[in-house]
Amino acid sequence: MLQLICHNLTLGYDGQSVVRGLSFTVSEGDYLCIVGENGSGKSTLMKAVLGLLPPMEGTIAYGEGLSRGQIGYLPQQTLVQKDFPASVWEIVLSGFEGRRKFRPFHTAEEKAAARKNLERLGLAGFEKRCYRDLSGGQQQRVLLARALCATEKILVLDEPVTGLDPVVTAELYELISDLNQKYGVTIVMISHDLEAAVGRASHILHIGEDIFFGSRQAFLQSPCSRRLFREGGRA
Amino acid sequence: MITTLAAYFQYPFVRYAFLVGILIALCSALMGVTLVLKRFSFIGDGLSHVAFGAIAVASVLDIGNEMLFVLPVTVLCAILLLRTGQSAKIKGDAAIAMLSVGALAVGYLLMHLFSTSSNLAGDVCSTLFGSTSILTLTKTEVTLCVVLSAAVVGLFILFYHKIFAVTFDETFARATGIQAGAYNLIIAVIIAVIIVLAMNLVGSLLISALVVFPALSAMRIFRSFLSVTVWAAVISVVCAASGILISILSGTPVGSTIVAVNILAFGLCSLLGRLARR
Repeated sequence: MLQLICHNLTLGYDGQSVVRGLSFTVSEGDYLCIVGENGSGKSTLMKAVLGLLPPMEGTIAYGEGLSRGQIGYLPQQTLVQKDFPASVWEIVLSGFEGRRKFRPFHTAEEKAAARKNLERLGLAGFEKRCYRDLSGGQQQRVLLARALCATEKILVLDEPVTGLDPVVTAELYELISDLNQKYGVTIVMISHDLEAAVGRASHILHIGEDIFFGSRQAFLQSPCSRRLFREGGRA
Repeated sequence: MITTLAAYFQYPFVRYAFLVGILIALCSALMGVTLVLKRFSFIGDGLSHVAFGAIAVASVLDIGNEMLFVLPVTVLCAILLLRTGQSAKIKGDAAIAMLSVGALAVGYLLMHLFSTSSNLAGDVCSTLFGSTSILTLTKTEVTLCVVLSAAVVGLFILFYHKIFAVTFDETFARATGIQAGAYNLIIAVIIAVIIVLAMNLVGSLLISALVVFPALSAMRIFRSFLSVTVWAAVISVVCAASGILISILSGTPVGSTIVAVNILAFGLCSLLGRLARR
């Protein structure tokens, strides 16, 4: 089932386009990696998909049972969050805010779901811990749990491993693959790390000079991938 | 000492001052946590200068009830400032600096040019440092203050979780369908209301202290948003109450005494926080 259909998108700011003529689709259960050079418009595309930036041209349509505002999102960490006094529990529960509308308290179901998401990410027992005391990898997992509270359907991840050491990076990739395979969560991930991306994704979207969209196998045989890997595996 | 205080508290204006002081301290601490965490600590300062400018304009235009003019102007500026935070040609801190000194200068200029008062320096000083105005509150002003404070606390409790979500991560909040813009607007309006109320208590130069100190003090010790918010409110109310009592007993200016007590509390909290972390 299609969850996201982007057709002939042109994106940019203040009348200046960054990305032109982009079309791709995401189906339920896909693991799409978006790769491309710095400044190629990856983050711009992500903002558009999340509904934070209206496209200059083209359309973004959401599939059945999904609408704007029902997308789980793992943003890059901001400076503000680094020393924010908040418990893990408060942060994870805040994932429900978008759906809760004007009810000013949390239901028992929401709390149970939050607990389940913490367990899934190996954070059971961390509820009372303070966010700023956690390691980088743990913080990312807390934010993932929060994103899962916002939706079980599709997660959008913006360079989730930035600043993490190799061991933690591998763990986080493993966890994301798990969410995708065990629980059927659709993953859309922006990545710098071409090798890791190609290793795990089911689909690849390359934006920049040459736009490529297709399955991982098709990507590996494309001239685009040959050029990128020749340039050292990072894109 | 207690008999002296009891004697003072027989006067209604002292009781009013005490009540208003505590309510303002409560409200400013609640919003202070959000402002400090959103990196908007200076917005209180900027807005209070705007309010000063507005008071000057009101007195020049001879508007009877200043509040009716000052409140909308300050609310408008608060909205403008928090809006520019996101998509501005002039960045947030520069915009605040510009607006705040601009309003201060123009306000003083207007007062100087058009004032009919014989004691201009005294007027300006009491507007800036709130030296006596809290003791001259009328019943209407007290009622207004109680109603507005109740509204602020009510709104804060009602939107507590949303305010947390927007403060912690605005992008995520937007992406998951929270009207972050609307909540920023609510925050801006509440701040403006608090500032205008607080001008009576500590004067426009010292308002930032009420907003910033309790939140920072609580953050030294506590580690969840809820506990920081609750304790900021408690610290703020205790500091305001003791500051007012001290100033009654020793005849010091109310505003600066309250701020001095807040500074002491901050020092104490930093020390406790450091000890607890060992």
